[in-house]
Amino acid sequence: MATEPKIPDLSEVDTPPNLPTGTPMVQFDKVVKRFGDNVVLDHLDFSVEQGERVTLIGPSGSGKTTILRLLMTLERINDGVIYVEGQPLSHMDRGGKLVPANERYLSTVRKKIGMVFQQFNLFPNMKVLENVIEAPVHVLGVPKDEAVERAKKLLDLVGLADRVGQHPTSLSGGQQQRVAIARALAMQPDVLLLDEVTSALDPELVADVLNVLRDIARTTTITMLIVTHEMHFARDVSNRILMFDKGRIVEEGAPDKIFSEPENDRTQTFLRAVLEER
Amino acid sequence: MGSFLSQLSQSWGNIGSALVITVEGTIGGAILALVLAFVLGLMALSRFVVVRGVARTIIEFFRGTSLYVQLFWLYFALPVLGFKISSALLCAIIAFGLNFGAYGAEVVRGAINAVPRAQWEGAIALNMSPFQRMRLVILPQAWVAMIPPFNNLLIQLLKSTPLMSLVTIADLTFEAQQLRSATGQTAWSYLFLLVVYFILAYILTLLMNALESVAKARLGRGTGLRGIFRMRPADPTGKSLGAGLAGAGTEIEPVEAANLTSKTMGAGGPGGGGV
Ligand SMILES: Nc1ncnc2c1ncn2[C@@H]1O[C@H](COP(=O)(O)OP(=O)(O)OP(=O)(O)O)[C@@H](O)[C@H]1O
Ligand SMILES: [Mg+2]
Repeated sequence: MATEPKIPDLSEVDTPPNLPTGTPMVQFDKVVKRFGDNVVLDHLDFSVEQGERVTLIGPSGSGKTTILRLLMTLERINDGVIYVEGQPLSHMDRGGKLVPANERYLSTVRKKIGMVFQQFNLFPNMKVLENVIEAPVHVLGVPKDEAVERAKKLLDLVGLADRVGQHPTSLSGGQQQRVAIARALAMQPDVLLLDEVTSALDPELVADVLNVLRDIARTTTITMLIVTHEMHFARDVSNRILMFDKGRIVEEGAPDKIFSEPENDRTQTFLRAVLEER
Repeated sequence: MGSFLSQLSQSWGNIGSALVITVEGTIGGAILALVLAFVLGLMALSRFVVVRGVARTIIEFFRGTSLYVQLFWLYFALPVLGFKISSALLCAIIAFGLNFGAYGAEVVRGAINAVPRAQWEGAIALNMSPFQRMRLVILPQAWVAMIPPFNNLLIQLLKSTPLMSLVTIADLTFEAQQLRSATGQTAWSYLFLLVVYFILAYILTLLMNALESVAKARLGRGTGLRGIFRMRPADPTGKSLGAGLAGAGTEIEPVEAANLTSKTMGAGGPGGGGV
């Protein structure tokens, strides 16, 4: 299906992304994450500016998903601090000391972040429209008609305006993933996390999803952290590429540089392997 | 046989009110059991170890002691201790509620645990509170898997109601015994009783099957009302619960999806992103 969506205002200005402005949107400060004895992230430091699009690449098991899941508060950090707009995500300030965050505090920081999953994670007990409006209505307290109107715009943006009343199970994977993108955007996050959002799709359905994401990247200032194996897409939308290996950043830079003249051996090997796969 | 039938037609009024008592005991017990099942089942999933401990103790206690003894305790022992429950029927309903509520709690807990992790994560990513996750996302999905085992428990409950006749309640079993002593027709009296319980059980099963079909249709995997006449749960394990979108990495065209049974839909892959 041809995706030539009209772009509604997503509460952001319709100019190209701002360039860096002071406080980072996301900052990892000596972040440690272990699963048992397996140290996945070992004192990881990096930051992402407001409006920046950063793509994380690297071999399987290098910790990319873990980074996104930590940001989405789906995993608990073992050491270090993650900041979102300068506010610690995993910890809260109590009498000048940082203590582990409780649920109520977590929700205040978490509202800035949205995520799209590899397997979509749509709710089968809700039709397409409900999937998109339930959280705005119940979590943000948006009046229902307003939420519906907004959801319809977003579904139009992802090319699914005519599917509002369907069950998600009756949609193709590509359509389901586009609903999931609309659902995440409906919460108006400042940061959008995309974890291999096209990996579960049949090849012919990948392009529609990537085109929707390109449009969102072009027309909003939303900050994006992307994990993908679609290197053309990464090159099109990213300001910066981070190459991970074993939970560390081994190389970073503008997409042109990383993809054309990678310096690090592991980056070269990794990119060669990914390109051969195609 | 002839004397049996004439006695039967004479005591028709008594049998009618006995039927009402049996149904009252069953429905009353089921409603109390349902409430307790959700309360105890959710408590058993609590983050707080004390809450979990309390729930587990109650569940194990009422599953581990016989319904017969529980009923006798409420009816005969409590009054000795100074608490008298106003009616025998209420005693029976409380006993049924506690006993079957304890079994039901395990059904609730199991069904909630069977909802794929990816669904919880989807709800967290939308910043839903723990209560909203449960109410908006998890319970509506878990509910479908609870219905078949709830149906089994409901039938068990119905079949336990003859215990009521042991605490002076004039239920169906009590009336059948009256019929038997009046006519001397043991075989006919108890055959009559078997048939009536079977009909009641079948009506309950039909209702529960219809409920299940409606609940499944809500999840977009309805097979319509076709399956409601079966006696056995179609999906006793609740396995197809994973049918959600969590693991469905495959492409399903709309037309095709309409023809899919819930079974094939359940064959999902692993749960959410990178878990
Ligand atoms: N829930 C978990 N329990 C135990 N180990 C885990 C868990 N999640 C991730 N890991 C481990 O953490 C490491 C990093 O995993 P992660 O999923 O972040 O890698 P990735 O870079 O996303 O890989 P891929 O490209 O295969 O998705 C791996 O060694 C993985 O086995
Ligand atoms: Mg991953």
